Amino acid sequence: MSAREKPRLGVFKFSSCDGCQLSLLDCELELLAVTDAVEIAYFLEATRKDMKGPFDVVLVEGSITTPHEAELIRQIRKSAKVLITIGACATSGGIQALRNFADVNGFLDIVYARPDYIETLDTATPIADHVQVDFELRGCPINKYQLLEVLNAFLNHRKPNIPNYAECIECKQRGTVCVMVAKGVACLGPVTQAGCGGLCPASHRGCFGCFGPMESPNTTALADRFLNELGQDKGTVLRAFRSFNANAPAFREESLKHE
Amino acid sequence: MSNRVIKVDALARVEGEGSLYVRVKDNEIKEVRFGIFEPPRFFEAFLQGRHFMEVPDITARICGICPIAYQMGAIQAMENAFGVEVPGPIRDLRRLIYCGEWIESHALHVYMLHAPDFLGLSDAIQLAKSNRDLVQKALRLKKIGNDLLEAVGGGRAIHPVNMRVGGFFRTPRKAEIRALIPDLEWAIQASHDTIRLVGGFNFPDIEQNYTFVSLRHDREYAIHEGRVVSNRGLDIGLPEFLDHFDEEHVKHSNALHGFQKPGKQPYHVGPLARYAINYDRLHPETLSAAKSAGLGPVVRNPFQSIVVRSLEILQVCLDALTIAKNYEEPDQPHTEPVVRAAVGYGATEAPRGLCFHRYEIDDQGLVKTARIMPPTAQNQKIIESDLWKVVAAHLSLPDEDLKWRCEQAIRNYDPCISCATHFLKLTVDRE
Repeated sequence: MSAREKPRLGVFKFSSCDGCQLSLLDCELELLAVTDAVEIAYFLEATRKDMKGPFDVVLVEGSITTPHEAELIRQIRKSAKVLITIGACATSGGIQALRNFADVNGFLDIVYARPDYIETLDTATPIADHVQVDFELRGCPINKYQLLEVLNAFLNHRKPNIPNYAECIECKQRGTVCVMVAKGVACLGPVTQAGCGGLCPASHRGCFGCFGPMESPNTTALADRFLNELGQDKGTVLRAFRSFNANAPAFREESLKHE
Repeated sequence: MSNRVIKVDALARVEGEGSLYVRVKDNEIKEVRFGIFEPPRFFEAFLQGRHFMEVPDITARICGICPIAYQMGAIQAMENAFGVEVPGPIRDLRRLIYCGEWIESHALHVYMLHAPDFLGLSDAIQLAKSNRDLVQKALRLKKIGNDLLEAVGGGRAIHPVNMRVGGFFRTPRKAEIRALIPDLEWAIQASHDTIRLVGGFNFPDIEQNYTFVSLRHDREYAIHEGRVVSNRGLDIGLPEFLDHFDEEHVKHSNALHGFQKPGKQPYHVGPLARYAINYDRLHPETLSAAKSAGLGPVVRNPFQSIVVRSLEILQVCLDALTIAKNYEEPDQPHTEPVVRAAVGYGATEAPRGLCFHRYEIDDQGLVKTARIMPPTAQNQKIIESDLWKVVAAHLSLPDEDLKWRCEQAIRNYDPCISCATHFLKLTVDRE
């Protein structure tokens, strides 16, 4: 296949830690196969080639936190046939969405001596709040094998095989003893979407929700258990739901109940 | 006469987003601005009120490329606040996972982000077309770094889940660590090949009289512990750091600019600083490779940072091999901290330089204030100083070539712009 016929891939970054786009470079064993299959037409972290759209597939990392970003994502959407968001920042606002629960001007004063030099929005919001998104890949960070699956699916015009069941299923598949039942450790696994492979319970700690809420999670039941059976206080429960996916609706609403 | 503006709105092959602006009038440089336009992410603000045990998982999210730097700096600061001492095997595991981060980050930077500049290519994908074997070797080296991160970090290289205040949630089994040995032995050979390759690159003839600042440890090449030492006689413990260093807010950058007091002097953190200050702590095999590459005990040409970075890959592969061979499972994965109201300090050597943390904790274990000084913020002034010299030496170059040379000068620092949380954009104005 000649370079002209290859699908064109663009990778764009908004407010984020760069970890999700790094996941593409971290596909060490598969990376050259990916670059054989697609033309990487825009990927600032990897190349100084600056090519304009249109793009067949665009991957977007990061959340929208400035007026400039809000404008840029609209331009990118126009040049993209398929737009896929990667990671918690792009799909729920990410860790920087903690500002959505506070007065951002107070934050500015804490960090910057000259807040007047800074242009920022009051909120950090997911890409889907601004433009239409074709697929959201969860995780903080994303799972690189899921990324390969999603890219493969869109390049071959099929639906990605990404589970939306609870993290608990991955624990069972892995044969990990439930940390909440056996040790009384608070774990967000029952309300968190699978994807990481059940890493935290396998490391003897509770899930802390990197992949965000699963489809129809019962956060209230889990919060009750944290409070009434595990003896946690409201502040601890609030903070559990208010981390990397704090702005995902199910986690946001649960955390607000414990303010 | 001629007015030139050189602008790079979005620097490529760096982590995060930054820019450069250079203005030249009548062959005289009027302005050099290295800006960070990564939007502010407010970590220090929203860390307030978080429980100390949550902090390492949150600070990891400052940077996907060097999460260990941010986790370990925070963890050691909390341990400093609560008076926790970690036993030898836990300390060894910490060094091992940090070696993994150095291998992964340095291999990424040396081969995929920086070497294409010296080879006249726009990226590693082009390099793979001309030399596929080389890129495959680079990717394997990078993967070995990630494998170390996964083995110690609980199965994930980006934002590992296994680090905690007091030690680890679960310590790896001896067999898991021993399994890394053959790959590390291969990586040592690959590191020697890397040093030979990059040592032969053509470097612009620029030397700078830097103030180097890095950690220095009494036995080891400093990575995760040490005193803060400079080549101008400074030698302090972490609690004194803010007496000597601070940051200021300039209009053209979202990242604060670090400086040394008094006089707001620029200083240099990163591989060149570590190498100059810790030369006598290098492994004999690394020393010998440095001499073969033609380097003395101090390197002042910023473009040669790619060689020093490659020497550091060898150094940490040798370190990691020793740790992996001697690893015995500790009795306890962690020591349980006893909470008290206190102030704690932590600093480690991220791949791109010294990273400083200070936290004030209340008697409930909640964070009252947080202060993090990432390496790229500390290096911003010195990067501008390098750019000034590079532009002055190459004013005769056409704009496009000068722009590329400036980008290279910035990439010498492997700047991590998403890390400069509190934040890079290149514009050259030739009036």
